[in-house]
Order: sequence, then C-alpha cells, then structure tokens
Amino acid sequence: MSFGDWITQSENIVFLVIALPMVAGAVMVVTSRNVVHAALTLILTLAGSAALFLMLGAEFVAWTLVLVYIGAVIVLFLFGIMITRAPIGRDAVRLDHRRRWPAALVAASVFAVIVTATSLAFPDTEIAEGVVRTDSIGEVLFNRFVIPFEVVSLVLLAALVGGIVLARKDPE
Amino acid sequence: MIVNQFLVLAALLFSLGIYGVLVRRNAVLVLLSVELMLTAVNINLVAFGSMLQESVLTGQIFALFVITVAAAEVGIGLAIVVLIFRNRSSSNIDELDLMKW
Repeated sequence: MSFGDWITQSENIVFLVIALPMVAGAVMVVTSRNVVHAALTLILTLAGSAALFLMLGAEFVAWTLVLVYIGAVIVLFLFGIMITRAPIGRDAVRLDHRRRWPAALVAASVFAVIVTATSLAFPDTEIAEGVVRTDSIGEVLFNRFVIPFEVVSLVLLAALVGGIVLARKDPE
Repeated sequence: MIVNQFLVLAALLFSLGIYGVLVRRNAVLVLLSVELMLTAVNINLVAFGSMLQESVLTGQIFALFVITVAAAEVGIGLAIVVLIFRNRSSSNIDELDLMKW
C-alpha cells in the first residue's frame, strides 16, 4: 500500500492525530529538563495509547490503562519526585549524562532493526474491525487464564507488602 | 488500518524509552522511561491481538497483565528510590556504585 492510499483513509488520519502528540510527549519525557514536566507529558503518551486501544476495539484495556496509569501510576510518580527531589528544576544539568550520542545511536539502531523486521513481515496486513466486549474478556480471564490471573494478584499482594516494608521507618 | 503503523509507532516509543533509560541519571526518570517501553509493548500486544482475532483474546489479556505488573513495579521501584534517597540523600544512579566491583 502506498502512502497516498494510506493517508486518504479517514481512520489513518485519526491515527496520525493521536500518534503525533504521543511521540511528542515521549520525546519530552526523555529530554525535558524539568522532572515534573517529564512525568506530566507521559500522561499525553498514555492517553494517546488508550485512544489507540479504543480504535483497535480493546475498550476494557483502554479504560484500565486510563484508571491504572493516568489515575494511579502518574500520581505515584509525582509523589516520588516530590519526595526525592526537593529543589525541582533548579540543578537542571544533573538530569542527563553529558555524552548523549552513544545512547542515541543504540536507540536509533534498535528502531531501525524493529522497523525493518516488521515492515518485511507485515507489509500490508490489515487489521480487522470489531469491538471486544468486556464480558468476553471476563469470560476468558476467569476460564482460560485463571491461573495467571491468580498469580498476578499474588504479585500485586507481594508488591503491596514489599512497598510498605521498604518505605516505613524502622521502629528503633 | 494496517498493523505495521501500530508496530512502527510502538518501535519509536520503545527506542525513545531505551534512550531515556541510557541517558537519564535520576532514578525516577529512568523508571518513567521504563514505563514508556512498557506502553510500547502494550500497543504491540493489542495490535497483534486485533490482527489475529482469536477467540481467547491473548493480546488484550497479556496487555492487562503487563499493566498490572508495571503498576507493581512502579510501587516497589519508587519505594526503593525513596529508601535510597533517605539513606544517601541522592537519587542519582551514577553515585549508587556500592555493588560495583
């Protein structure tokens, strides 16, 4: 499919409208001089990926992402920033390494390898339309994937206990 | 929609996350970049899930698992960062060379 054919489909314009702010937000996350701005622009990327999940028909995953990431994880990050960096944005030089080009080289080569591989493997594969209802997700989750589900809940419990144990002060 | 557009976007987010992990010195910012990489993986999983249209919905279920584990990881990671900051009054990962040989 040529780029001219691709861009004339309306859903791909919607895709671009969602994807370009996502990429801009991701660039801000890794380059911003202000830690709080880095955490806040991550919201842009996460909200964009939730919108892409809605486009793909994965409604439950999209709203879970909004609840868990934008609702909880970002707030947790902001708390972490407030606790660990009291002078926010004052010593801006210390956030990055001085030499950036090796990291940029690694990232660019990873990107080139992945894009080459996926473009060779899926040149024109279309995505079928269709919305996955939440009740079918629940049915699959509690039949086929019930053991991984329980294991993940155990992981969450362990993380909860571990977080409390790590963060509390020792009673002398 | 073709599946490759989602894969290219996810690859871009993933490499930006790699760049952030390698170049940032603040531990909280490294965790933020890891979240970026996990988001890229989620996009891949859901895109492949809707390309394959299977009845067991593996792509979306695994995206849910990744979201859950990422939330647990952020909780523990930030607790560790706060603890390190409390002990050494710095969250700069360059200065945490206690286990370096």
